[in-house]
Amino acid sequence: MMIDLILLICLVLAAFWAVVAARMLKAVVGLALTSVIVSILMFRMNSPLAAVFELSVCAGLIPVIFITTISFTKRLSWEAYLERKKEIFSRFWYLPVILVITVVLLSRYKIAADFILPQAPAVTDVRHVLWNLRQSDLFGQIIILLIGAFGVVTLFKVKQPKDKPK
Amino acid sequence: MLSLFILLPFFCLIAVNLPVKGARRLAFWLTASLFVLQILAVLLHPSVFWGMKEDLFANFFAINFSVNNLSLVIFLTIGIVGLVSLIIGKYTLANRPDRFHFTNLLLTALIGMNALALLTDLFSMYVFIEVTALSSFILIAVQREKTALEGAFKYLIISTIASALMLSSVALILLVSGSTSFDVVSAALKASSGSVFVKLAVALFLCGPFIKSGLVPFHGWLPDAYSAAPSAVSVLLAGIITKVSGVYVLMKLVMSVFGFTPVIRDILMFAGALSIVFGALAAIGQKDFKRMLAYSSISQVGYIIIGLGCGTKLAIAGAALHFFNHAVFKSLLFTNAAVMEQKLGTVDMDKMGGLTSRMPFTGMTSLIAFLSTAGIPPLSGFWSKLLIVVALWTSGMHGYAAIALLASVLTLAYFLSMQRRVFFGKLRPGLEAVQEAGTGLVITQVALALVILGVGLGFPFMLKTLAPLKNILW
Repeated sequence: MMIDLILLICLVLAAFWAVVAARMLKAVVGLALTSVIVSILMFRMNSPLAAVFELSVCAGLIPVIFITTISFTKRLSWEAYLERKKEIFSRFWYLPVILVITVVLLSRYKIAADFILPQAPAVTDVRHVLWNLRQSDLFGQIIILLIGAFGVVTLFKVKQPKDKPK
Repeated sequence: MLSLFILLPFFCLIAVNLPVKGARRLAFWLTASLFVLQILAVLLHPSVFWGMKEDLFANFFAINFSVNNLSLVIFLTIGIVGLVSLIIGKYTLANRPDRFHFTNLLLTALIGMNALALLTDLFSMYVFIEVTALSSFILIAVQREKTALEGAFKYLIISTIASALMLSSVALILLVSGSTSFDVVSAALKASSGSVFVKLAVALFLCGPFIKSGLVPFHGWLPDAYSAAPSAVSVLLAGIITKVSGVYVLMKLVMSVFGFTPVIRDILMFAGALSIVFGALAAIGQKDFKRMLAYSSISQVGYIIIGLGCGTKLAIAGAALHFFNHAVFKSLLFTNAAVMEQKLGTVDMDKMGGLTSRMPFTGMTSLIAFLSTAGIPPLSGFWSKLLIVVALWTSGMHGYAAIALLASVLTLAYFLSMQRRVFFGKLRPGLEAVQEAGTGLVITQVALALVILGVGLGFPFMLKTLAPLKNILW
């Protein structure tokens, strides 16, 4: 229980860092760290498959894509970096305040499951759930991937003018 | 056969993207035929199609689809608005590649919207709301103009917040019910109706469709997105996308899952009334034609929500009918906007005047659409507003009925102001060379105006004959 609490606090801090980091690279590190902590929590909650997905995709693949993109950008100068830090502070100063107020409020009220707990699911095999019960969601995912591909072609593909014959 | 509503657009999408010579050229006609088929399937309602249970595709998706009269109205609206948007895209998008990308994304949006009309599972609905939303972000920015990219980005951010709220709600609901199927969730929510978790889950989910429908106070993104998008996309957004992923999802959930609890009713009535008044007041001060239409949409969606909030059979029938009517007359008004943008190069109403003499079809059809929006008899908008107001009055909600009536006067005011500035009076100097739109756009405008007139004049007859309407009064 204590470990979970520490992990949850680390999770909030890492997510907060991802939001307020002045350099994009640091923000990506914050994001990856958040996903790693979520993965550990999922392992601890006995959901190894979800944890592996989270670790490989959200903590692995997505930060790699972000870092690749960032590597094409120009690094901020020291002055611009300080300016950006100031701007971020003025924009997000209230976030820690909200966080503290939320923690105080939540600690005052004991939250209990005040509902009738459902029966445990009859099927627990993830492969069966994914391939046999959630086909429409998988189909939706395929369409989302297609939309992503169309989006890249539509928004980023610029037709090069043909070379004039000499 | 219901899965064909999803599979046919998917196969069409694959077909037009095959690396075969001539596949791209077929994109427009294939997509147009799909929309026509969808319209015919609803209007003719062949029992062979709707009644068939066992077929090749019946078990393709392991989830149960279901249709009711409301779904039929949605299919019909999607068919009509999608076809109009496709035709406008053909005539107003300048580049051939842009037109092709537009058609592709229209097909993906069609898959998303048709799935939403069929599904009875909360998580699957969330997935297909995302399919529809992602298609719309790219559609708004399809021409890569700066204002359009800004509008798309605003929509993306706000829509992502809505999605995050809905996903959190699905997680909470799963905790309470152990399933995301409508029947199980509905029973579990009833059994634990006093739970704080349940109340939180319902509140979080309701915020999602509220944001997606652009209801006040979640409307900030809507005028920017509608006015910055190409006209073909504005038609799609105003006519159907925000309605299906916002209003229809709300209607479906309240009617089938959450139920008409007093708190939900109060929230819907208040949000509806606020949107009606705010949208109408904000529309009065606009000088951009498309922005004015966007605020008008907020106001008209308010009517649908207030009808839903009232919760009686008559009110819901009125809301469903206004859903269809608003899609048709707003599509017509955005088609008028597309014509003006194409012929004048602007939608600034201060730079227009006396255009009826140069564009008689655009002027006349816009007049029909605005009279229908204001609820003037015997046009289609009159009937749906009448049903809503009568339902509110007979339910004892006299204050809300009065607001709905008075806001119609405001609607009349801003549309009269628009007509005076754009179409009536003397032709503004410099506009002598302006010509009427091409045949394709004129036919589209006239066809939509005829639908408004036809539904208005033949409403009692249609209630008895047309499949989507005849049982709408449940």
